[in-house]
Amino acid sequence: MEKLSNKERMKIPRQVMPEQDSLVRSRNFEEVNLGFTEELAVLEAERCIQCPKPTCVAGCPVGVKIGEFIQLVSERKFVEAAAKIKEDNMLPAICGRVCPQEEQCEVKCVVGKKNEPVAIGRLERFVADYEREKFGLRKPELKTKTGKKVAIVGSGPAGLSCAADLIQMGHDVTVFEALHELGGVLVYGIPQFRLPKEIVKTEIDVLKELGVEFKPNSVIGFTDTLDELLKNGYDAAFIAVGAGLPYFLNIEGENLNGVYSSNEFLTRVNLMKAYKFPDYDTPVFNVKDKNVAVFGGGNTAMDAVRTSKRLGAKNAFIIYRRSEIEMPARKEEVHHAKQEGIEFILLSNPTKFSGTKGGWLKGVELQKMELGEPDASGRRRPVPVKGSEYTIDIDMAVIAIGNGSNPIIQKTTPDLQFNKWGNILVNEETMETSKNGVFAGGDIVTGGATVILAMGAGRKAAKAIDEYLN
Amino acid sequence: MHKIVSAEFLASNIKKFEIEAPKIAFKRKAGQFVILRLKEGGERIPLTIADSNHGKGTITIIVQGIGKTTMELISLKTGDLIQDVVGPLGKPSHIKKFGTAVSIGGGVGTAIAYPTAVALKEAGNETISIIGGRTKEFVILEDEMKKVCDEVYPATDDGSYGYHGFVTQKLKDLIDSGKKIDFVLAIGPIPMMKAVAEVTRPYGIQTVVSLNPVMVDGTGMCGGCRATVDNKTVFVCVDGPEFDAHKVDFETLARRNKTYGVFEKEALDHYCNIDKEFQKGLNRNNPAFAG
Repeated sequence: MEKLSNKERMKIPRQVMPEQDSLVRSRNFEEVNLGFTEELAVLEAERCIQCPKPTCVAGCPVGVKIGEFIQLVSERKFVEAAAKIKEDNMLPAICGRVCPQEEQCEVKCVVGKKNEPVAIGRLERFVADYEREKFGLRKPELKTKTGKKVAIVGSGPAGLSCAADLIQMGHDVTVFEALHELGGVLVYGIPQFRLPKEIVKTEIDVLKELGVEFKPNSVIGFTDTLDELLKNGYDAAFIAVGAGLPYFLNIEGENLNGVYSSNEFLTRVNLMKAYKFPDYDTPVFNVKDKNVAVFGGGNTAMDAVRTSKRLGAKNAFIIYRRSEIEMPARKEEVHHAKQEGIEFILLSNPTKFSGTKGGWLKGVELQKMELGEPDASGRRRPVPVKGSEYTIDIDMAVIAIGNGSNPIIQKTTPDLQFNKWGNILVNEETMETSKNGVFAGGDIVTGGATVILAMGAGRKAAKAIDEYLN
Repeated sequence: MHKIVSAEFLASNIKKFEIEAPKIAFKRKAGQFVILRLKEGGERIPLTIADSNHGKGTITIIVQGIGKTTMELISLKTGDLIQDVVGPLGKPSHIKKFGTAVSIGGGVGTAIAYPTAVALKEAGNETISIIGGRTKEFVILEDEMKKVCDEVYPATDDGSYGYHGFVTQKLKDLIDSGKKIDFVLAIGPIPMMKAVAEVTRPYGIQTVVSLNPVMVDGTGMCGGCRATVDNKTVFVCVDGPEFDAHKVDFETLARRNKTYGVFEKEALDHYCNIDKEFQKGLNRNNPAFAG
């Protein structure tokens, strides 16, 4: 193929990723996005102008060599492209799906200054899927065994990425998981229609083949304490337990039947497969032809509201106290939600839930808000409008306003230092905690954040643990 | 996978299991629970650890068959396997020398009260237990309780065994007889626990109950087990399961436990139908039934 000039490259429009029709998909749990074909991927890759100083890489929390892998895609060297990504990111099929590329790599894309940015996330997803589907995942080389043992607490994105690096560095790795299934938020939180569980399972299977030992049903703090792990043969530990203690609104009526935390609602549906009840044993509130309100404006809120629609809700609302601009959810998720018929009630704050005599949720009182001065997060602060209260009828509510820190590690590890919110204090370069040989990363350090930031923390910690052990 | 080392019925629908779980057996303290999942696709259910055996590496759980999962569980036999057992979870019972401690168990609740009664005895308390049931059949663990209690009072609703009446009436009788009681632990159906709380409240006797809400993960992650105690929301799995009986909002607990009532019935019917089909299948293959 002839080499294109930059001008010609700039003329190629950003390729649209095929997706399931919104009417069809709002009734099933199959993946919404269908991924690029080879032709679309190559065409999209040709939009990259191969900047000498790629700004996109600076936007990636783990520094994926974006230009290099996209060059390989344009040469149809898809497997080599996957290998190039994996030099920096062990879980591209996951990140290609759930990373907020529009605020990370793609926002820095030079092409994006005049036109739409190169679809880096979609290309990442394409090469990862191509490799997995055509060849199965390939195992990387392992260094000679060091004989050192590392305990990783939590099998979510931070734990998995840390395990992947440490096993390649030659250390023995055991990952402890509290639930019966591996993957943390990737399996209990993010729905099937956004991240198929089979993909997570394949990535974990590769780690198993590489020799990572996984111990599900292990609640560190209870089953073993951190100190017991360190006493019984582990030379270092990485704590990646996630946030895992849902916030509630603290308003009247919150314990009525039909009010869920997003964690519970999503866990019942994703992990326990309540949408397949009674073939699976765990039930979830029957929303068929009912009204559902999800409180919050993040990705989890979008996941919950879209899940309720798929379960048959008549009306599914997002209720958020600021306006759409301030929503922390990815634009793509908001866009998809709207396509699927989700209604957005913005600048509205719940003040109390009301129930039936039998104690079932019946409605929520909302107070209108207006935007005032920017707050600490830089977003305009919502201010209540006096006398603007009104009530809407709802049958189920999901509270998706974030998570605090799970107390189990804190209560059982007296010499580990935490901040006042229960987050573990670390050296941000090395992820070292106040306790010798113990490192921490992911949401338990940062509070609720993204999959890729957790993975970045896992990789930083792996590097520091390797240095600590040598 | 966890092997069932022994299984025996204590009543027609109450079964006692010893399950291999060496680590939990070693670590568990009175008042703590495990979460079981019988098989792939199964639900996660919390069950209090009744006892453990370090030598055998087993924990003991006692289960009443009520819903689908517990019915399926009590159909299991020695040698059968349980997919997942996780624990020990929850805060251990707060044990100290109170003086005279009364442990009250209603039906299968006696199994949950038992380990705490053992711990109360070991802490040097004078121990009394009142163990109730609808009929004689449902009064369980009497021999075990006798080993750790100075006085044991069985009670039945129909008078078929022991004291004729509710455990609360027996408790009131004890208090009225002038017995000085310093601590009461009550575990059983919600109306029973609530009634015990009302008996001891006027006397200011410290009273603790163990709550049994619906749970999923059991580690604080989902908040499904939240209850109202002292007008505040608590997560029973990590803040409990034991709470001050005089501060628990039992109505909310009872109501929230009914959230999945319709589903529980559907699941049970579904299970029974599959079981019937299975039985039919067996019968078809059995020459004795060959038409």
